[in-house]
Amino acid sequence: MDKIYSRPRSLRNVPTHYCPGCGHGLAHRLIAEVVDELGIRERVIAVAPVGCAVVAYDYWDFDCSEAAHGRALAVATGIKRVRPQNIVFTYQGDGDLAAIGTNETIHAANRGENLTVFFINNAVYGMTGGQMAPTTLLNQKTSTTPAGRNAKFQGYPLKISEMLALLPGVKYIERVALSGTPEIIQAKKAIKKALLNQMQGAGFSLVEMLSPCPTYWGLSPQESLEWIKNTMAKEFPLGVIK
Amino acid sequence: MTGNEAIAKAALDAGCRFYAGYPITPQNELTAYMSNHMQDKAGVFIQAEAEVAAINMVFGAAAAGARAMTSSSSPGISLKQEGISYIAGAELPAVIANIMRGGPGLGNIAPAQSDYFQATRSGGHGDYHCLVLAPASVQESYDLTGLAFELADKYRSAAIILSDGLLGQMMEPLLVKPQAASRKPQVKKDWALTGCAGRPANVVKSFYLKEGDLEKLNLELQKKYKEIQQKEQRWEELLLDDAKVVLVAYGTMARIARGAVKVLRAKGKKVGLLRPISLWPFPRKAFAQPKKKYLVIEMSYGQMLEDVQLTLCGKAGVEFLGRSGGGVPSEEEIITKVNKIYNG
Repeated sequence: MDKIYSRPRSLRNVPTHYCPGCGHGLAHRLIAEVVDELGIRERVIAVAPVGCAVVAYDYWDFDCSEAAHGRALAVATGIKRVRPQNIVFTYQGDGDLAAIGTNETIHAANRGENLTVFFINNAVYGMTGGQMAPTTLLNQKTSTTPAGRNAKFQGYPLKISEMLALLPGVKYIERVALSGTPEIIQAKKAIKKALLNQMQGAGFSLVEMLSPCPTYWGLSPQESLEWIKNTMAKEFPLGVIK
Repeated sequence: MTGNEAIAKAALDAGCRFYAGYPITPQNELTAYMSNHMQDKAGVFIQAEAEVAAINMVFGAAAAGARAMTSSSSPGISLKQEGISYIAGAELPAVIANIMRGGPGLGNIAPAQSDYFQATRSGGHGDYHCLVLAPASVQESYDLTGLAFELADKYRSAAIILSDGLLGQMMEPLLVKPQAASRKPQVKKDWALTGCAGRPANVVKSFYLKEGDLEKLNLELQKKYKEIQQKEQRWEELLLDDAKVVLVAYGTMARIARGAVKVLRAKGKKVGLLRPISLWPFPRKAFAQPKKKYLVIEMSYGQMLEDVQLTLCGKAGVEFLGRSGGGVPSEEEIITKVNKIYNG
Protein backbone atom coordinates (compact mmCIF):
# COMPACT_ATOMS: atom_id res chain seq x y z
CA MET A 1 0.00 0.00 0.00
CA ASP A 2 1.25 3.47 -0.82
CA LYS A 3 1.96 5.79 2.09
CA ILE A 4 0.14 9.02 1.28
CA TYR A 5 0.47 10.96 4.51
CA SER A 6 3.33 11.15 6.97
CA ARG A 7 5.31 13.50 9.15
CA PRO A 8 7.19 16.10 7.06
CA ARG A 9 10.97 15.75 7.00
CA SER A 10 11.19 19.29 8.37
CA LEU A 11 9.25 18.36 11.50
CA ARG A 12 10.99 16.46 14.29
CA ASN A 13 9.38 13.34 15.68
CA VAL A 14 8.66 14.80 19.12
CA PRO A 15 5.49 15.71 20.99
CA THR A 16 4.77 19.46 21.23
CA HIS A 17 3.95 21.27 24.46
CA TYR A 18 0.93 23.06 23.00
CA CYS A 19 -2.51 22.95 24.63
CA PRO A 20 -5.30 20.84 23.10
CA GLY A 21 -6.84 22.72 20.17
CA CYS A 22 -3.99 25.23 19.86
CA GLY A 23 -3.19 26.44 16.33
CA HIS A 24 0.60 26.48 16.68
CA GLY A 25 1.11 22.77 15.99
CA LEU A 26 -0.92 23.09 12.81
CA ALA A 27 0.94 26.22 11.67
CA HIS A 28 4.29 24.52 12.36
CA ARG A 29 3.23 21.53 10.31
CA LEU A 30 1.95 23.56 7.37
CA ILE A 31 5.23 25.47 7.23
CA ALA A 32 7.21 22.22 7.47
CA GLU A 33 5.16 20.66 4.65
CA VAL A 34 5.74 23.66 2.40
CA VAL A 35 9.47 23.75 3.20
CA ASP A 36 9.65 20.08 2.16
CA GLU A 37 7.60 20.62 -0.98
CA LEU A 38 9.80 23.53 -2.05
CA GLY A 39 12.91 21.47 -1.28
CA ILE A 40 14.46 24.23 0.81
CA ARG A 41 14.97 22.53 4.20
CA GLU A 42 18.74 22.80 3.93
CA ARG A 43 18.55 26.49 3.02
CA VAL A 44 16.06 27.61 5.64
CA ILE A 45 17.01 29.69 8.66
CA ALA A 46 13.98 30.35 10.85
CA VAL A 47 13.69 32.89 13.64
CA ALA A 48 11.56 31.73 16.55
CA PRO A 49 9.66 34.20 18.72
CA VAL A 50 9.21 34.78 22.40
CA GLY A 51 5.78 33.53 23.33
CA CYS A 52 4.08 30.14 23.18
CA ALA A 53 6.16 29.16 20.11
CA VAL A 54 9.45 30.06 21.80
CA VAL A 55 10.79 26.53 21.35
CA ALA A 56 9.64 26.15 17.73
CA TYR A 57 13.28 25.16 17.06
CA ASP A 58 12.65 21.97 19.07
CA TYR A 59 9.94 21.01 16.56
CA TRP A 60 11.36 22.13 13.22
CA ASP A 61 14.32 20.26 11.84
CA PHE A 62 16.23 23.07 10.16
CA ASP A 63 18.51 25.90 11.33
CA CYS A 64 16.82 28.28 13.76
CA SER A 65 17.67 31.32 15.79
CA GLU A 66 16.05 32.70 18.87
CA ALA A 67 15.17 36.39 19.00
CA ALA A 68 14.38 38.62 21.95
CA HIS A 69 10.70 39.53 22.32
CA GLY A 70 9.71 41.62 19.31
CA ARG A 71 13.15 41.56 17.67
CA ALA A 72 12.66 38.67 15.25
CA LEU A 73 12.64 40.87 12.17
CA ALA A 74 15.81 42.70 13.25
CA VAL A 75 17.53 39.34 13.81
CA ALA A 76 16.16 38.04 10.50
CA THR A 77 17.42 41.18 8.73
CA GLY A 78 20.92 40.51 10.06
CA ILE A 79 20.82 36.87 8.95
CA LYS A 80 19.34 37.48 5.50
CA ARG A 81 21.63 40.38 4.65
CA VAL A 82 24.78 38.34 5.32
CA ARG A 83 23.35 35.14 3.82
CA PRO A 84 21.05 36.19 0.96
CA GLN A 85 21.24 32.68 -0.50
CA ASN A 86 19.35 31.27 2.50
CA ILE A 87 15.57 31.33 2.99
CA VAL A 88 14.87 33.27 6.16
CA PHE A 89 11.50 33.50 7.87
CA THR A 90 10.20 34.69 11.22
CA TYR A 91 7.36 33.12 13.16
CA GLN A 92 5.76 35.62 15.51
CA GLY A 93 2.71 36.07 17.66
CA ASP A 94 0.55 39.17 17.96
CA GLY A 95 2.25 40.57 21.05
CA ASP A 96 5.68 39.94 19.58
CA LEU A 97 4.97 41.36 16.12
CA ALA A 98 2.38 44.06 16.80
CA ALA A 99 3.19 45.36 20.31
CA ILE A 100 6.76 45.11 21.58
CA GLY A 101 8.15 44.58 18.08
CA THR A 102 6.01 47.04 16.10
CA ASN A 103 9.04 49.18 15.30
CA GLU A 104 11.11 46.26 14.00
CA THR A 105 8.11 44.99 12.01
CA ILE A 106 7.30 48.28 10.30
CA HIS A 107 10.88 49.11 9.42
CA ALA A 108 11.83 45.67 8.10
CA ALA A 109 8.71 45.87 5.91
CA ASN A 110 9.49 49.42 4.87
CA ARG A 111 13.04 48.46 3.89
CA GLY A 112 11.46 45.78 1.74
CA GLU A 113 13.64 43.13 3.32
CA ASN A 114 13.42 39.94 1.25
CA LEU A 115 11.98 38.01 4.19
CA THR A 116 8.91 35.96 4.98
CA VAL A 117 6.83 36.51 8.11
CA PHE A 118 4.38 34.05 9.61
CA PHE A 119 2.20 36.02 11.97
CA ILE A 120 0.08 34.01 14.40
CA ASN A 121 -2.84 36.12 15.58
CA ASN A 122 -4.75 34.52 18.45
CA ALA A 123 -5.82 37.78 20.08
CA VAL A 124 -4.13 37.04 23.43
CA TYR A 125 -0.72 36.61 25.04
CA GLY A 126 -0.72 32.86 25.59
CA MET A 127 2.64 32.13 27.20
CA THR A 128 2.20 34.65 30.00
CA GLY A 129 -1.36 33.80 30.94
CA GLY A 130 -3.89 35.19 28.49
CA GLN A 131 -3.36 38.94 28.78
CA MET A 132 -4.76 41.48 26.33
CA ALA A 133 -2.91 41.56 23.00
CA PRO A 134 -2.89 44.42 20.49
CA THR A 135 -5.27 42.26 18.44
CA THR A 136 -7.69 41.45 21.28
CA LEU A 137 -11.25 42.16 20.12
CA LEU A 138 -13.48 44.77 21.73
CA ASN A 139 -15.38 43.28 24.68
CA GLN A 140 -13.10 40.22 24.65
CA LYS A 141 -12.28 39.15 28.20
CA THR A 142 -8.63 38.52 28.98
CA SER A 143 -6.70 38.31 32.22
CA THR A 144 -5.88 42.03 31.97
CA THR A 145 -9.27 43.09 30.60
CA PRO A 146 -11.54 41.16 32.99
CA ALA A 147 -14.56 43.24 31.98
CA GLY A 148 -13.72 42.95 28.28
CA ARG A 149 -11.57 45.23 26.12
CA ASN A 150 -12.94 48.74 26.28
CA ALA A 151 -11.91 51.05 23.42
CA LYS A 152 -12.02 54.05 25.73
CA PHE A 153 -9.21 52.70 27.87
CA GLN A 154 -7.49 50.00 25.81
CA GLY A 155 -7.94 51.25 22.27
CA TYR A 156 -8.93 49.11 19.32
CA PRO A 157 -7.76 45.80 17.81
CA LEU A 158 -4.65 46.68 15.82
CA LYS A 159 -4.85 45.72 12.16
CA ILE A 160 -1.15 45.65 11.52
CA SER A 161 -1.44 43.70 8.27
CA GLU A 162 -3.60 46.48 6.77
CA MET A 163 -1.13 49.07 8.10
CA LEU A 164 1.85 47.26 6.57
CA ALA A 165 0.04 46.93 3.25
CA LEU A 166 0.40 50.71 2.84
CA LEU A 167 4.18 50.43 2.60
CA PRO A 168 5.74 50.32 -0.87
CA GLY A 169 8.40 47.85 0.36
CA VAL A 170 5.78 45.18 1.00
CA LYS A 171 5.16 42.62 -1.74
CA TYR A 172 2.45 40.38 -0.36
CA ILE A 173 0.17 40.16 2.68
CA GLU A 174 -2.63 37.68 3.14
CA ARG A 175 -4.79 36.89 6.14
CA VAL A 176 -5.85 33.26 6.51
CA ALA A 177 -7.46 31.25 9.31
CA LEU A 178 -6.69 27.89 10.89
CA SER A 179 -10.38 27.30 11.51
CA GLY A 180 -11.45 24.54 9.13
CA THR A 181 -10.31 22.40 6.20
CA PRO A 182 -10.91 24.88 3.35
CA GLU A 183 -9.29 27.69 5.38
CA ILE A 184 -6.29 25.49 6.21
CA ILE A 185 -5.82 24.55 2.55
CA GLN A 186 -5.85 28.28 1.74
CA ALA A 187 -3.37 28.93 4.59
CA LYS A 188 -0.95 26.44 3.09
CA LYS A 189 -1.23 28.11 -0.32
CA ALA A 190 -0.45 31.47 1.26
CA ILE A 191 2.56 30.04 3.12
CA LYS A 192 3.89 28.65 -0.14
CA LYS A 193 3.38 31.92 -1.98
CA ALA A 194 5.14 33.88 0.75
CA LEU A 195 8.19 31.59 0.64
CA LEU A 196 8.22 31.48 -3.17
CA ASN A 197 8.24 35.29 -3.20
CA GLN A 198 11.43 35.25 -1.17
CA MET A 199 13.01 32.58 -3.38
CA GLN A 200 12.27 34.83 -6.36
CA GLY A 201 13.70 37.87 -4.56
CA ALA A 202 10.34 39.65 -4.66
CA GLY A 203 10.57 41.20 -1.20
CA PHE A 204 8.69 41.33 2.08
CA SER A 205 5.81 38.85 2.44
CA LEU A 206 3.59 38.24 5.44
CA VAL A 207 0.92 35.64 6.16
CA GLU A 208 -1.33 36.42 9.11
CA MET A 209 -3.00 33.32 10.52
CA LEU A 210 -6.02 33.64 12.78
CA SER A 211 -5.28 30.85 15.19
CA PRO A 212 -7.27 29.25 18.02
CA CYS A 213 -6.33 29.58 21.68
CA PRO A 214 -9.04 27.58 23.47
CA THR A 215 -7.24 27.85 26.82
CA TYR A 216 -7.36 31.64 27.03
CA TRP A 217 -10.53 32.13 25.07
CA GLY A 218 -12.33 29.92 27.61
CA LEU A 219 -13.83 27.86 24.81
CA SER A 220 -13.59 24.26 23.69
CA PRO A 221 -11.40 23.53 20.66
CA GLN A 222 -14.50 23.15 18.49
CA GLU A 223 -16.07 26.37 19.83
CA SER A 224 -12.78 28.16 19.20
CA LEU A 225 -12.88 27.29 15.50
CA GLU A 226 -16.45 28.60 15.36
CA TRP A 227 -15.37 31.79 17.17
CA ILE A 228 -12.69 32.44 14.56
CA LYS A 229 -15.22 32.03 11.75
CA ASN A 230 -18.11 33.92 13.32
CA THR A 231 -16.43 36.60 15.42
CA MET A 232 -12.71 37.04 14.87
CA ALA A 233 -12.84 36.96 11.06
CA LYS A 234 -15.43 39.76 11.19
CA GLU A 235 -12.85 42.05 12.78
CA PHE A 236 -9.96 40.58 10.80
CA PRO A 237 -11.39 39.75 7.35
CA LEU A 238 -9.69 36.93 5.46
CA GLY A 239 -8.14 37.36 2.07
CA VAL A 240 -5.27 38.95 0.20
CA ILE A 241 -4.60 42.37 1.69
CA LYS A 242 -1.83 43.23 -0.73
CA MET B 1 42.08 60.22 11.10
CA THR B 2 39.73 60.51 14.09
CA GLY B 3 39.47 57.84 16.79
CA ASN B 4 35.96 57.02 15.63
CA GLU B 5 37.13 56.50 12.04
CA ALA B 6 40.08 54.41 13.22
CA ILE B 7 37.66 52.01 14.95
CA ALA B 8 35.60 51.72 11.76
CA LYS B 9 38.67 51.21 9.56
CA ALA B 10 40.05 48.58 11.94
CA ALA B 11 36.74 46.73 11.86
CA LEU B 12 36.74 46.62 8.06
CA ASP B 13 40.40 45.56 8.00
CA ALA B 14 39.54 42.79 10.47
CA GLY B 15 36.91 41.41 8.12
CA CYS B 16 33.83 42.96 9.73
CA ARG B 17 31.19 42.66 7.02
CA PHE B 18 28.08 43.73 8.88
CA TYR B 19 27.47 47.01 10.63
CA ALA B 20 24.18 48.37 11.95
CA GLY B 21 24.01 51.67 13.81
CA TYR B 22 21.82 54.56 14.80
CA PRO B 23 22.83 58.24 14.80
CA ILE B 24 24.05 59.59 18.13
CA THR B 25 26.73 62.14 19.00
CA PRO B 26 29.72 61.87 19.53
CA GLN B 27 30.13 58.66 17.51
CA ASN B 28 28.65 59.63 14.14
CA GLU B 29 32.00 59.62 12.29
CA LEU B 30 32.17 55.87 12.89
CA THR B 31 28.79 55.26 11.26
CA ALA B 32 29.63 57.64 8.42
CA TYR B 33 32.92 55.83 7.73
CA MET B 34 31.09 52.51 7.65
CA SER B 35 28.44 53.85 5.26
CA ASN B 36 31.21 55.14 2.97
CA HIS B 37 33.46 52.11 2.97
CA MET B 38 31.43 48.99 3.77
CA GLN B 39 30.25 48.74 0.17
CA ASP B 40 33.84 48.53 -1.12
CA LYS B 41 34.18 45.37 0.95
CA ALA B 42 30.89 43.92 -0.33
CA GLY B 43 29.63 44.09 3.24
CA VAL B 44 26.36 45.26 4.72
CA PHE B 45 25.70 48.68 6.22
CA ILE B 46 22.30 49.36 7.75
CA GLN B 47 21.14 52.54 9.42
CA ALA B 48 18.75 50.89 11.82
CA GLU B 49 15.43 52.31 12.99
CA ALA B 50 16.58 52.12 16.61
CA GLU B 51 19.51 51.15 18.83
CA VAL B 52 17.58 48.07 19.92
CA ALA B 53 17.07 47.01 16.30
CA ALA B 54 20.75 47.65 15.50
CA ILE B 55 22.06 45.33 18.22
CA ASN B 56 19.52 42.67 17.29
CA MET B 57 20.56 42.89 13.65
CA VAL B 58 24.11 42.32 14.87
CA PHE B 59 22.79 39.31 16.81
CA GLY B 60 21.36 37.91 13.56
CA ALA B 61 24.46 38.62 11.45
CA ALA B 62 26.72 37.10 14.12
CA ALA B 63 24.42 34.06 14.39
CA ALA B 64 24.83 33.63 10.63
CA GLY B 65 28.61 33.59 11.06
CA ALA B 66 29.62 37.11 9.99
CA ARG B 67 31.97 39.40 11.86
CA ALA B 68 29.45 42.00 12.97
CA MET B 69 29.56 45.27 14.81
CA THR B 70 27.51 48.15 16.15
CA SER B 71 28.48 51.37 17.84
CA SER B 72 26.83 54.08 19.83
CA SER B 73 27.30 56.45 22.73
CA SER B 74 26.14 56.07 26.31
CA PRO B 75 22.32 56.53 26.12
CA GLY B 76 22.28 54.36 23.00
CA ILE B 77 24.40 51.69 24.66
CA SER B 78 21.86 51.56 27.50
CA LEU B 79 19.23 50.66 24.90
CA LYS B 80 21.45 47.95 23.46
CA GLN B 81 21.79 46.11 26.76
CA GLU B 82 18.91 43.77 25.92
CA GLY B 83 20.70 42.54 22.82
CA ILE B 84 24.08 42.33 24.56
CA SER B 85 22.61 40.07 27.23
CA TYR B 86 21.14 37.80 24.52
CA ILE B 87 24.48 37.80 22.69
CA ALA B 88 26.15 36.68 25.92
CA GLY B 89 23.54 33.97 26.50
CA ALA B 90 23.70 32.69 22.93
CA GLU B 91 27.53 32.94 23.01
CA LEU B 92 27.82 34.97 19.83
CA PRO B 93 30.92 36.94 18.85
CA ALA B 94 30.20 40.64 18.28
CA VAL B 95 31.96 43.96 18.72
CA ILE B 96 30.30 47.01 20.24
CA ALA B 97 31.94 50.43 20.43
CA ASN B 98 30.79 52.85 23.13
CA ILE B 99 32.03 56.39 22.55
CA MET B 100 31.08 57.52 26.05
CA ARG B 101 29.39 60.85 26.79
CA GLY B 102 28.03 62.44 29.96
CA GLY B 103 25.14 60.93 31.87
CA PRO B 104 22.87 60.00 33.54
CA GLY B 105 19.87 60.36 31.28
CA LEU B 106 20.41 62.32 28.11
CA GLY B 107 23.34 63.94 29.92
CA ASN B 108 25.41 65.89 27.43
CA ILE B 109 27.78 65.23 24.55
CA ALA B 110 30.99 65.93 26.45
CA PRO B 111 33.44 63.06 26.97
CA ALA B 112 32.96 60.92 30.09
CA GLN B 113 33.98 57.58 31.57
CA SER B 114 30.83 57.01 33.57
CA ASP B 115 29.77 53.81 31.76
CA TYR B 116 32.56 51.75 33.32
CA PHE B 117 30.20 49.84 35.61
CA GLN B 118 27.76 49.18 32.75
CA ALA B 119 30.55 47.85 30.52
CA THR B 120 32.50 45.77 33.05
CA ARG B 121 29.65 44.30 35.08
CA SER B 122 26.66 42.65 33.42
CA GLY B 123 25.22 45.74 31.71
CA GLY B 124 22.01 43.88 30.95
CA HIS B 125 20.27 41.11 32.86
CA GLY B 126 21.97 37.87 33.85
CA ASP B 127 25.40 36.68 35.00
CA TYR B 128 27.70 37.57 32.16
CA HIS B 129 30.69 39.67 31.17
CA CYS B 130 31.84 41.28 27.96
CA LEU B 131 35.50 41.75 27.12
CA VAL B 132 36.18 45.47 27.51
CA LEU B 133 39.13 47.20 25.84
CA ALA B 134 39.94 50.87 26.43
CA PRO B 135 42.08 52.66 23.83
CA ALA B 136 44.02 55.80 24.74
CA SER B 137 44.93 57.03 21.25
CA VAL B 138 43.77 56.90 17.66
CA GLN B 139 46.43 54.26 16.98
CA GLU B 140 45.16 52.14 19.83
CA SER B 141 41.53 52.65 18.74
CA TYR B 142 42.61 50.88 15.55
CA ASP B 143 44.77 48.20 17.18
CA LEU B 144 42.34 47.25 19.94
CA THR B 145 39.39 47.02 17.55
CA GLY B 146 41.23 44.36 15.54
CA LEU B 147 42.02 42.57 18.78
CA ALA B 148 38.39 42.87 19.88
CA PHE B 149 37.22 40.94 16.80
CA GLU B 150 39.86 38.29 17.37
CA LEU B 151 38.95 37.83 21.05
CA ALA B 152 35.20 37.93 20.33
CA ASP B 153 35.61 35.04 17.88
CA LYS B 154 37.96 33.13 20.15
CA TYR B 155 35.70 33.29 23.21
CA ARG B 156 32.33 33.56 21.42
CA SER B 157 31.66 36.69 23.41
CA ALA B 158 30.78 40.33 22.95
CA ALA B 159 33.78 42.63 23.03
CA ILE B 160 33.29 46.29 23.89
CA ILE B 161 35.57 49.10 22.76
CA LEU B 162 35.18 51.65 25.56
CA SER B 163 36.26 54.98 24.13
CA ASP B 164 34.95 58.48 24.82
CA GLY B 165 33.88 61.61 22.97
CA LEU B 166 37.33 63.16 23.19
CA LEU B 167 39.22 60.17 21.81
CA GLY B 168 36.54 59.60 19.22
CA GLN B 169 36.71 63.13 17.84
CA MET B 170 40.47 63.61 18.17
CA MET B 171 42.66 63.41 15.07
CA GLU B 172 46.07 61.70 15.16
CA PRO B 173 48.25 59.95 12.61
CA LEU B 174 47.54 56.24 12.21
CA LEU B 175 50.05 53.59 11.23
CA VAL B 176 48.39 50.49 9.85
CA LYS B 177 50.75 47.71 10.85
CA PRO B 178 51.15 44.62 8.68
CA GLN B 179 50.29 42.23 11.55
CA ALA B 180 46.73 43.50 11.27
CA ALA B 181 46.31 40.78 8.63
CA SER B 182 46.55 38.11 11.34
CA ARG B 183 43.40 39.58 12.83
CA LYS B 184 41.37 38.24 9.92
CA PRO B 185 38.73 35.62 10.77
CA GLN B 186 40.40 32.28 11.52
CA VAL B 187 38.10 30.52 13.95
CA LYS B 188 35.79 27.92 12.40
CA LYS B 189 32.17 28.71 13.25
CA ASP B 190 30.52 25.30 12.98
CA TRP B 191 27.74 26.50 15.29
CA ALA B 192 26.63 29.24 12.86
CA LEU B 193 23.31 29.28 11.02
CA THR B 194 24.09 28.63 7.39
CA GLY B 195 21.38 26.13 6.43
CA CYS B 196 21.60 22.50 7.56
CA ALA B 197 22.98 20.98 4.33
CA GLY B 198 25.07 17.93 5.25
CA ARG B 199 24.81 18.38 9.01
CA PRO B 200 22.21 18.33 11.80
CA ALA B 201 20.27 21.58 12.25
CA ASN B 202 21.94 24.30 14.34
CA VAL B 203 20.06 26.35 16.89
CA VAL B 204 21.26 29.67 18.29
CA LYS B 205 19.51 30.40 21.58
CA SER B 206 19.83 31.54 25.16
CA PHE B 207 16.64 29.91 26.45
CA TYR B 208 16.97 26.87 28.73
CA LEU B 209 13.70 26.05 30.43
CA LYS B 210 14.47 22.52 31.62
CA GLU B 211 15.58 22.28 35.21
CA GLY B 212 19.36 22.40 35.49
CA ASP B 213 20.04 23.34 31.85
CA LEU B 214 20.45 27.06 32.43
CA GLU B 215 22.69 26.46 35.42
CA LYS B 216 24.84 24.25 33.19
CA LEU B 217 25.12 27.06 30.62
CA ASN B 218 25.97 29.56 33.35
CA LEU B 219 28.68 27.30 34.76
CA GLU B 220 30.14 26.98 31.26
CA LEU B 221 30.08 30.77 30.92
CA GLN B 222 31.80 31.17 34.29
CA LYS B 223 34.50 28.73 33.18
CA LYS B 224 35.03 30.80 30.05
CA TYR B 225 35.18 34.03 32.06
CA LYS B 226 37.80 32.52 34.39
CA GLU B 227 39.92 31.60 31.39
CA ILE B 228 39.56 35.14 30.00
CA GLN B 229 40.57 36.57 33.37
CA GLN B 230 43.66 34.38 33.35
CA LYS B 231 44.75 35.05 29.77
CA GLU B 232 43.50 38.43 28.65
CA GLN B 233 44.60 41.00 31.21
CA ARG B 234 46.31 43.92 29.48
CA TRP B 235 47.90 47.05 30.83
CA GLU B 236 50.72 49.50 30.31
CA GLU B 237 53.24 50.58 32.94
CA LEU B 238 55.14 53.88 33.00
CA LEU B 239 57.97 54.47 35.51
CA LEU B 240 56.58 52.13 38.17
CA ASP B 241 59.86 50.65 39.50
CA ASP B 242 60.67 53.32 42.03
CA ALA B 243 57.24 54.95 42.17
CA LYS B 244 55.88 56.07 45.52
CA VAL B 245 52.61 57.20 44.04
CA VAL B 246 51.07 55.29 41.14
CA LEU B 247 48.42 57.00 39.05
CA VAL B 248 45.80 54.58 37.72
CA ALA B 249 43.88 55.87 34.72
CA TYR B 250 42.59 54.58 31.37
CA GLY B 251 41.68 56.08 28.01
CA THR B 252 41.64 59.86 27.72
CA MET B 253 42.31 60.21 31.44
CA ALA B 254 45.55 58.20 31.09
CA ARG B 255 46.84 60.67 28.48
CA ILE B 256 46.37 63.56 30.88
CA ALA B 257 47.84 61.53 33.75
CA ARG B 258 50.90 60.78 31.58
CA GLY B 259 51.48 64.51 31.17
CA ALA B 260 51.27 64.95 34.94
CA VAL B 261 53.79 62.14 35.51
CA LYS B 262 56.23 63.87 33.16
CA VAL B 263 55.93 67.21 35.00
CA LEU B 264 56.19 65.57 38.44
CA ARG B 265 59.22 63.46 37.45
CA ALA B 266 60.95 66.62 36.18
CA LYS B 267 60.52 67.95 39.71
CA GLY B 268 62.04 64.80 41.16
CA LYS B 269 58.80 63.22 42.36
CA LYS B 270 58.72 59.44 42.09
CA VAL B 271 55.41 59.07 40.32
CA GLY B 272 54.38 56.43 37.80
CA LEU B 273 51.36 55.49 35.73
CA LEU B 274 49.50 52.22 35.51
CA ARG B 275 47.13 52.23 32.55
CA PRO B 276 44.57 49.41 32.34
CA ILE B 277 43.97 48.50 28.67
CA SER B 278 41.57 45.67 29.36
CA LEU B 279 38.93 46.90 31.80
CA TRP B 280 37.29 43.49 31.87
CA PRO B 281 39.20 41.46 32.68
CA PHE B 282 40.59 44.07 35.04
CA PRO B 283 44.41 43.80 35.08
CA ARG B 284 44.70 42.53 38.66
CA LYS B 285 48.12 41.06 37.88
CA ALA B 286 49.49 44.60 37.53
CA PHE B 287 48.95 45.05 41.27
CA ALA B 288 50.78 41.85 42.31
CA GLN B 289 53.53 43.80 44.10
CA PRO B 290 51.66 46.78 45.48
CA LYS B 291 53.35 50.17 45.67
CA LYS B 292 52.74 52.41 48.65
CA LYS B 293 50.04 54.62 47.25
CA TYR B 294 47.66 54.67 44.31
CA LEU B 295 45.70 57.57 42.90
CA VAL B 296 42.81 56.52 40.69
CA ILE B 297 41.77 59.22 38.22
CA GLU B 298 38.57 58.95 36.20
CA MET B 299 36.08 61.02 34.26
CA SER B 300 33.50 59.60 36.64
CA TYR B 301 32.88 59.69 40.36
CA GLY B 302 34.74 56.51 41.10
CA GLN B 303 33.86 53.40 39.10
CA MET B 304 37.20 51.80 38.19
CA LEU B 305 38.16 52.91 41.70
CA GLU B 306 36.15 49.95 43.03
CA ASP B 307 38.17 47.46 40.98
CA VAL B 308 41.42 48.97 42.27
CA GLN B 309 40.15 48.77 45.85
CA LEU B 310 38.93 45.19 45.35
CA THR B 311 42.28 44.22 43.84
CA LEU B 312 44.41 45.81 46.55
CA CYS B 313 42.11 44.78 49.40
CA GLY B 314 43.68 47.31 51.76
CA LYS B 315 47.30 46.39 50.88
CA ALA B 316 48.03 49.97 49.76
CA GLY B 317 46.50 53.40 50.15
CA VAL B 318 44.01 54.31 47.42
CA GLU B 319 43.05 57.91 46.70
CA PHE B 320 40.65 59.19 44.08
CA LEU B 321 40.29 62.16 41.78
CA GLY B 322 37.36 62.34 39.42
CA ARG B 323 34.98 64.62 37.59
CA SER B 324 32.11 63.81 35.28
CA GLY B 325 29.36 65.51 33.36
CA GLY B 326 31.63 67.51 31.08
CA GLY B 327 34.49 68.14 33.47
CA VAL B 328 37.81 66.44 32.77
CA PRO B 329 40.39 66.42 35.59
CA SER B 330 43.24 68.64 34.37
CA GLU B 331 46.97 68.03 34.54
CA GLU B 332 47.16 70.79 37.19
CA GLU B 333 44.45 69.20 39.32
CA ILE B 334 46.31 65.89 39.16
CA ILE B 335 49.63 67.50 40.09
CA THR B 336 48.05 69.31 43.07
CA LYS B 337 46.43 66.09 44.26
CA VAL B 338 49.66 64.08 43.85
CA ASN B 339 51.67 66.69 45.74
CA LYS B 340 49.20 66.43 48.62
CA ILE B 341 49.47 62.63 48.69
CA TYR B 342 53.24 62.69 48.20
CA ASN B 343 53.79 65.04 51.10
CA GLY B 344 51.10 63.52 53.28
